[in-house]
Amino acid sequence: MLAPGLYHILFISAALFFIGVYGFLTRRNLITMLMSIELILNSVNLNFIAFNKYLWPQKMDGLFFTVFIIAIAAAEAALAIAIIINLYRSHQSIDVGNAEDLKY
Amino acid sequence: MPNATTIALIPLLPLAGFLLLGLFGQKLFKKSAGLIGTALLLAATILALYTAYEYFFVYGKVDGVYQKFVLLQLTWLEFYKGVSIDMGIIIDPISVMMLVVVTFISLMVHIYSLGYMKGEKRFSTYYSFLGLFTFSMLGLVLASNIFQMYIFWEGVGVSSFLLIGFYYDKPSAVAACKKAFIVTRFADLGFLIGILVLSYSAGTLDIGTLIQRLTSPESNVVKTATAYSFLGASALTWGAALVFIGGAGKSAMFPLHIWLPDAMEGPTPVSALIHAATMVVAGVYLVARLFPVFSITTPGVLEIVGWVGALSAILAAVIACTQTDIKRVLAYSTMSQIGFMMFALGVSKYGGEAGSGYTASMFHLFTHAMFKALLFLGAGAVIHYVHSNDIKDMGGLRKYLPITHITFLIACLAIAGIPPFAGFFSKEEILHAAYQNNMAVYWIALITSGLTAFYMFRLYFSIFWNKETPTFAKATAGKEGGFAMMLPLVLLGVGAAAAGFIPFGEFVSIDGKPLVSKINLVFSIAPVALGLTGIMAALWLYKKQNNRSARLAASLGGFYKAAYHKFYIDEIYLFITKKIIFNLIARPAAWFDRNVVDGLVNLTGTSIQAASEGIKKVQSGKVQQYAIYFLTGVIVLAALFIYIWK
Amino acid sequence: MNLLLLIGLPVLTALAVLLSRNKQQVKWISLLGSLAQLGLAIALLFAFRQERAANNTAQMLFEQHYKLFAALNINFHIGVDGISVAMVLLTSFVVMAGVLVSWNIEKMTKEFYFLLILLALGAYGFFISLDLFILFFFLEISVIPKYLLIGIWGSGRKEYSANKLALMLMGGSALILVGILGLYFTAGHSFDLLSLSKTNIPGNIQHIIFPFLFIGFGVFTALFPFHTWVPDGHSSAPTAGSMFLAGISMKLGGYGCLRVATYLLPEGAKEYANIIIILSAIAILYGAFATMMQKDLKYINAYSSVSHVGFSLLGIGMLTQTAITGALLQMVSHGLMTALFFAVIGMIYDRTHTRMVAEMGGLMKVMPFISTVFFIVGLCSLGLPGLSGFVAEITVFMGSWQVDDTFHRIATIIAAMSIVVTAVYILRAIGQTVMGPVKNENFLQLKDATWNEKWAAIILVAGIVAIGVAPGWLNNLLRPAAQVIMDRISGK
Repeated sequence: MLAPGLYHILFISAALFFIGVYGFLTRRNLITMLMSIELILNSVNLNFIAFNKYLWPQKMDGLFFTVFIIAIAAAEAALAIAIIINLYRSHQSIDVGNAEDLKY
Repeated sequence: MPNATTIALIPLLPLAGFLLLGLFGQKLFKKSAGLIGTALLLAATILALYTAYEYFFVYGKVDGVYQKFVLLQLTWLEFYKGVSIDMGIIIDPISVMMLVVVTFISLMVHIYSLGYMKGEKRFSTYYSFLGLFTFSMLGLVLASNIFQMYIFWEGVGVSSFLLIGFYYDKPSAVAACKKAFIVTRFADLGFLIGILVLSYSAGTLDIGTLIQRLTSPESNVVKTATAYSFLGASALTWGAALVFIGGAGKSAMFPLHIWLPDAMEGPTPVSALIHAATMVVAGVYLVARLFPVFSITTPGVLEIVGWVGALSAILAAVIACTQTDIKRVLAYSTMSQIGFMMFALGVSKYGGEAGSGYTASMFHLFTHAMFKALLFLGAGAVIHYVHSNDIKDMGGLRKYLPITHITFLIACLAIAGIPPFAGFFSKEEILHAAYQNNMAVYWIALITSGLTAFYMFRLYFSIFWNKETPTFAKATAGKEGGFAMMLPLVLLGVGAAAAGFIPFGEFVSIDGKPLVSKINLVFSIAPVALGLTGIMAALWLYKKQNNRSARLAASLGGFYKAAYHKFYIDEIYLFITKKIIFNLIARPAAWFDRNVVDGLVNLTGTSIQAASEGIKKVQSGKVQQYAIYFLTGVIVLAALFIYIWK
Repeated sequence: MNLLLLIGLPVLTALAVLLSRNKQQVKWISLLGSLAQLGLAIALLFAFRQERAANNTAQMLFEQHYKLFAALNINFHIGVDGISVAMVLLTSFVVMAGVLVSWNIEKMTKEFYFLLILLALGAYGFFISLDLFILFFFLEISVIPKYLLIGIWGSGRKEYSANKLALMLMGGSALILVGILGLYFTAGHSFDLLSLSKTNIPGNIQHIIFPFLFIGFGVFTALFPFHTWVPDGHSSAPTAGSMFLAGISMKLGGYGCLRVATYLLPEGAKEYANIIIILSAIAILYGAFATMMQKDLKYINAYSSVSHVGFSLLGIGMLTQTAITGALLQMVSHGLMTALFFAVIGMIYDRTHTRMVAEMGGLMKVMPFISTVFFIVGLCSLGLPGLSGFVAEITVFMGSWQVDDTFHRIATIIAAMSIVVTAVYILRAIGQTVMGPVKNENFLQLKDATWNEKWAAIILVAGIVAIGVAPGWLNNLLRPAAQVIMDRISGK
């Protein structure tokens, strides 16, 4: 059995990234969009881990950064959900198309 | 030596009158304004006569030549080293002569106005304006600096404007005063540029120095200035010609004369003072003042002066024959007589016998002031009595206005050049000068003097004879104005009758040396005979009511009509100003400013607005759109980094 | 004499106005403040003359120098020469008259007077600054109040006009700022006017910086074709606003063009002199023709201002000492004259409620005082000797004629032609408003000027006559200062 190389992981992370981007751009539901963002972030995490392991195995920077991102993602999710709840309260919907009060 | 203080007081007294009456007149001197003004002017007149006596008989003559004194040069405004406007006093034969004329006529008008303007609501304002005018005119006469002359030149212009527009609620008066000011302003533009040219060439504004530097042909100034040419004429020629335009405007020479007849909208004493005796001769005075420059350096311009004068003289005389407004006839006659003075200067040369035209011109200025002021004041008395300007409303007035009648007759004889009245002597001198130097001008002058006699006696007969019973209501009959109005008439009548006997050439000549008059009987036959013919023609046509004059007019047909309409010169001007300047220059300028220049400014504003209007669409509020922009941007940048900026 | 007083007094007045309790207090405090300022300006004139008489030949007198921000070499440096003294005097005359004519402002009186005094403060500071940084600072101080004065107390299309004016002036300021920074960085990191004037800035750099500064200040002084804020701004501004705008603000620009642009960048000035002359000759004649067609008194004066200010710029462009003196004389003269003109228009408008020339007539009968003043200011405008306009125009002409070539001659003649056109439009305006029969029966009930209006008019007329009858004192004040500028231009 072939051990997975750097390119395999990068391929998965790229796929995850574009799925996330696609979801972010096409979904109307804010929760789904948030999930898509998580996908994007996780693809980045994967990249960090992979580069760390294959290119500079003696260093820990990639891992640290991943932990950072996970923490930020948690905070971001909390904040975003709070915003979404507030939006729901004021607009009775979490459809992103209805939340365009900030235009012009 | 002359006393500067005494002479300075002559213009300053009327100025004091202007300030006093102008500032406080309406409150403090409502009744006494006239007396105050007259008293101040009387003092000025006495000082002027005293100055004249002192100058001509005591100190003026040194070694048989009248000297030129420049007293009191105060720097008023310095431009650069050596060039400044100085307020000075120049004392020479012509300025002293003018001092006497201006103060005397002004005094007469002041006295006359006591009666004529009585009960006027703005009585004190009137006298303050008269004071302002007299001050400016005297300042002009005494100017030793060419810019000082220009300053007072404008001063007389504005006083004339104020006095023509004295009845400011009459639209015709408003139009007339505007016209007078604007036409003369146009001419003053020429004067101003002329001053710039001459003073730049001479490097001074002082008249004496300027003449001295510009008349010595060897001097570098003249050489360089004549070398510089523009449109085929040297700088000095242009300068002198432009200065003459200024003079022609003020003196109502063709084609800048159109303001003078309209200026008759002013009160009649004002017409006598400003538009007959003093201000309108300022142009003649200007040419006379700079005569050495004209005659020595730019004889070509002097020739133009002569022709303009002659042309104006005959043109005005022809028009005067057809007018029916008494004051307009007199206005055209003024223009014609000033034409005489102008061409007398034009045919003159510098120095000695050849300079007789200069003396004659000044002499005519002097006598003309007397009889023309008298004519206007007489006309004023008639108008005061009849309450109309039109000679058709008059006739048969000799019984009702005996003093006016006699003095008017004297003045008419004087202007017609009948001996021994004043006009005869001065006109003979002019004709003589013309005869010696320019035959064409002489013939024009001869015809004009015949016409002069005709139109003056046409006026005289129409007013005082013609109808036996006047057409107006007789209620006012028997009141021929008061003493205040009659006294000036009588005094001026004496002047008009006797002024000719003054041996003028003894006192005034271009180089200060006495000039003996060359009049002889043989030479006088032609003009006097022509004058008498003119009078006879007027007698035949106008002494009794008849239709001969109408038949004559009809037989002249188109020519009469053209003359009656003043040869349509007013209409031409109107066309130029209204149609061309207003519609083709001013209106497009205003339109251009509002629409093109301001349009560009607004365009900047609106285009920025439009641009931002376009850009703001990008900010749709749709998060996903932003994400697409962002993504595109990142991809483009990434592509750039990868493929282009490796 | 301590020049800080000149700035301190308006600051104190402004504070006192803010703290005062009612309208009456506001007015009297402003009046006293501006009167004191007038006294101060006159005292400055005499102190200056005394110093000069005592042979103090320093270029600037009464200098004061404080460090503001040493790291960037920004200093608070003030001082006066003849030009500044004349301008300070002009400002104090106009401010005094402006305060007097605004006596009947009912809407937000306190704010109105506060802004007037703030504007005056800016002008005083501007004219005595010798450091480009604070000069710019004071220039900006005087822009903002104008926006508010027009926007709040104006009439007609006031928002539009206020926007236009503020934006155009701000645009000018931006250019000035760029120019000043350009100077700062090319001339050894200094904002100091006097030290900059001794620095040799390379010619090609001058050619680049000069247009920024000249056009920037030119916008303020209605340089053609950047003049269109003038008619709109004036027509919408309240009376005192117009007076300040035309009497002071436009002079800020002229002063800047001369003192900053031309003086500091002589090579640039020489390079662009012909363009300046062409533009100003156009402005003079074209402005005069455009005036002929105007029907609104304020527009008439606004366009005639464009024409008259052209003489200042023409004088600067001619680059001779006499012409520059003439330009300065014209600034002072025009400041007084146009302020008076707007004051009179305001007085007429307050009574007749119209500014349309065609609707008036025969005002002389109803309000002789105002009409007489109108006459005087009109005659001054058309350059009648004895009033200030003549002195200024003649000096410009004499100075221009010294430049001996056909181009300058033609420009001078074109400019001179405007004296006829000016006469036409002024006499039309006078003839239709003041003279003629009374067209509107209602006008017969109108009253003549009140005490405050009379004093406002008298102060300005006194200024005009003082210059017109005896121009020597002002000429002697300005000429040496113009000579200093000329020396730098001719490279002495």
